[in-house]
Amino acid sequence: MNSLIIAGMSTVGSTIVGTFFAWLVTRTDMPHKKFMKSMFLVPFMLPSFIGAMAWKMLLSPNAGFINRFFMDNLGFDGPIFNLYSYYGISAVEVMYLFPFVFIQVCGALERMDPTLEESARISGAGLFTITRKITIPLVLPSILSGALLIMLYSMAHFGTVAVLGIENGIYNIPVLIYERIHQSGGSFESIRTGTVLATVLVISAACIIWAQRKILGSGHYQIIGGKSFRPMELKLRGLKYPLMFFCFAYIAFTIVLPTVVIFLVGGLSTYGLSFTPENLSLDNFKFILFEYDVTRDAIFNSVTLGLTAAIITMFAGVMISYVIVKMDVKGKGLLEFLGMLPFSVPGSVIALGVILAWSGQFGINLYNTVWIILVAYIARYMAFSLKANSAALEQVHDSLVEASRACGATMWQSLKDIVLPLVKPGMFAAFFLIFLPSLRELTVSIMLYAPTTRTIGVAIYTLNEDGETVISCALAAIALIIIIVGQTVINHFTKKESE
Amino acid sequence: MAGFVRLIGVTKRFGDVTAVNNLNYEIGKGECFSMLGPSGCGKTTTLRMVAGFEDLSDGEVWVGDQLFSSPKKNHYTPPEKRNFGMVFQAFAVWPHLSVYENVAFPLRIRKLSESEIDQRTMDALKATNLVAAKDQSPDYLSGGGKQRVALARALAINPDVMLLDEPLSSLDPHLREEMRFEIKDLQMKYGFSIIYVTHDQSEAMALSDRILVMKLGVVQQIDTPLNIYNNPANKFVFSFIGLSNFLAVNQDGGSAQLPGGVALPAGVMIPDHLAGENVVSWASRPSEIDFVSADDPEGLHGVVNRKAFLGEIIDYQIQVGEQTLRVQKGRRDPGPEPGEACALRFLRPFWYKENE
Repeated sequence: MNSLIIAGMSTVGSTIVGTFFAWLVTRTDMPHKKFMKSMFLVPFMLPSFIGAMAWKMLLSPNAGFINRFFMDNLGFDGPIFNLYSYYGISAVEVMYLFPFVFIQVCGALERMDPTLEESARISGAGLFTITRKITIPLVLPSILSGALLIMLYSMAHFGTVAVLGIENGIYNIPVLIYERIHQSGGSFESIRTGTVLATVLVISAACIIWAQRKILGSGHYQIIGGKSFRPMELKLRGLKYPLMFFCFAYIAFTIVLPTVVIFLVGGLSTYGLSFTPENLSLDNFKFILFEYDVTRDAIFNSVTLGLTAAIITMFAGVMISYVIVKMDVKGKGLLEFLGMLPFSVPGSVIALGVILAWSGQFGINLYNTVWIILVAYIARYMAFSLKANSAALEQVHDSLVEASRACGATMWQSLKDIVLPLVKPGMFAAFFLIFLPSLRELTVSIMLYAPTTRTIGVAIYTLNEDGETVISCALAAIALIIIIVGQTVINHFTKKESE
Repeated sequence: MAGFVRLIGVTKRFGDVTAVNNLNYEIGKGECFSMLGPSGCGKTTTLRMVAGFEDLSDGEVWVGDQLFSSPKKNHYTPPEKRNFGMVFQAFAVWPHLSVYENVAFPLRIRKLSESEIDQRTMDALKATNLVAAKDQSPDYLSGGGKQRVALARALAINPDVMLLDEPLSSLDPHLREEMRFEIKDLQMKYGFSIIYVTHDQSEAMALSDRILVMKLGVVQQIDTPLNIYNNPANKFVFSFIGLSNFLAVNQDGGSAQLPGGVALPAGVMIPDHLAGENVVSWASRPSEIDFVSADDPEGLHGVVNRKAFLGEIIDYQIQVGEQTLRVQKGRRDPGPEPGEACALRFLRPFWYKENE
């Protein structure tokens, strides 16, 4: 039930926020739209549980910096905002999930044939009427499908609720599964409860996916086409600068502020000290990188796990998508379905499944080893690889291979010399699409880790739970740096391709 | 003709590029006026300035006694207040509304009474043969059907001026011809003026009372279709309308000669105003060339390279010195075979500067 409340509120909130910002950056003459558009996508790559930790430090009822500031300096009696509530949790989720709607709606608004709106204008409709009667109905499928995606993620989402909710007894299904299994040390009883909960999760996920298919199927208007004149831009006139200011404030408040807090707290020697230069140092960073076993191991684990999973899925992905895209084999539909399934199956369900399958019942026991995390990562991220690789392979027309065969090359030679070089960008993309998320992965790892096999995400989370706030923040800061650098590399590569 | 739509010194600049340069013309009531030119010549930009979707950099747009756009006088009427009908290339019918609601939309915006909306919508649907499809989603209609919906929607408000932006170029060729005449019939019936943008010369020829030929934002010629074809104002108009041959003729050093040492036939005179040019262009239409006997001194001498049978007509490629030209004759008119020498006479030659 809690899952539903949180998911519902996050979905409604994110949909409103995402649609509004998408409309602002695509359809108005607000200044600095390009910059804002890229900033609104940033929450996509930031792990939301790190954000949740930052917000916990900012807004927790009694100790949060903002709440303290208001209570101490402005004479408020109590905290101005209680983060440990449904509203608080949903608000934090909205900040990290709204890009799903934002991206979908931006895409639809940009692809939409501007003459659809122009013809309404020449018919005599004003801009407000057009937005209400033409634009919104046309992008409604995109809005809804983005909203359902958020619903799905929010239901299956572990981090934010785990960080913020437990204190006040607010759980959602993934957190509950984790708690049950964690508390009982992985007993059979708890796994059985977990499985029941997971079934509920899978069923709701299936319902959401079904609804999404249905919406996309029924409302998939062909709104692409026409000459791409620059779309109509609403002149905001007097509202131009207030709205721009509002966007910047939003970006500063939801993206910059939490990140800064993580870095600052990571530099403190003890949590609770004020942010003065003498209290800040790089000691924590040095400590976790070179001295502290737990964090050192965690970084090592995450990097090796990420690399191995990425490499395996990259190559396996090429082979499987080759079979799916290029060959005519019986049962390839099933293969495709199985490969894409993990896209929609919540991470905690995958983790449970991996536990059930690989802890001895079928002869192999990987539980409590690093291998079980690897298996789970591969299962979870194969879909990314399949998607990137089959997109690349579909670009390679059969006639290219046929031409090479006609020139006298064997099947293998043509694969090696023609197909592989052409799908290389897709493979690269797949590699990074897997490597980066696995660095910050929490939902799966938290269920599978053993004391020696913590990943970065797990280490940050458990250290934070244990009250080692400064160290976990420092580690989070390092994770953020790795993620941002990696993302820049990806952007660099993909930009080169598209040129 | 009394000017109903008037464009005065209309200019559009995008940064340093002048897309439309000092355009002046007037369109009469009930006239069909086409703007013709290759893509990027500024014809669509001009139409969008008339519609109000693009701001003018300079100049004025008037319809009747109403000023619509004038940057100098700081006046701008938004598109929704101009009362035009407009049809776009990509149809732009709204997929979330039924055919009926698409057509009724502009009437609902005008807050007409329900009975009048119904009456006028049905009239427009009847005029475009869409009554049977009125409750369908336009998504289920063919390209021609969608374009009819767009036309009906534009007709519903009974506009004085209809703006058509390449309305037929997304359709199949045979549908295109059919729709062309449907548009013409509707114009006869309702009496609106049309501003029609196209890059298809045959479309412009078939529909228009007058055609404007445009190149790189500059007007080349405004005239009736017949005059545009028969008396092209310059080499560009000649080449853009119909098939064309251009032979370079050198006249430096006193005597005129074609490259490759071919003498200009006796009796062919280069107009006096081109006497100072080193190289001039001798223009002809493939269909307006006759074969004469190979020893005729007044014929231009060449050799047949290739002869292609195209059904009703036979297409020849003739080598003349270093240049080639095309000749088209009816199939009942047997001409020389490939490899044979031949002589040609141009029925209606034109002379232009080589670089114009």
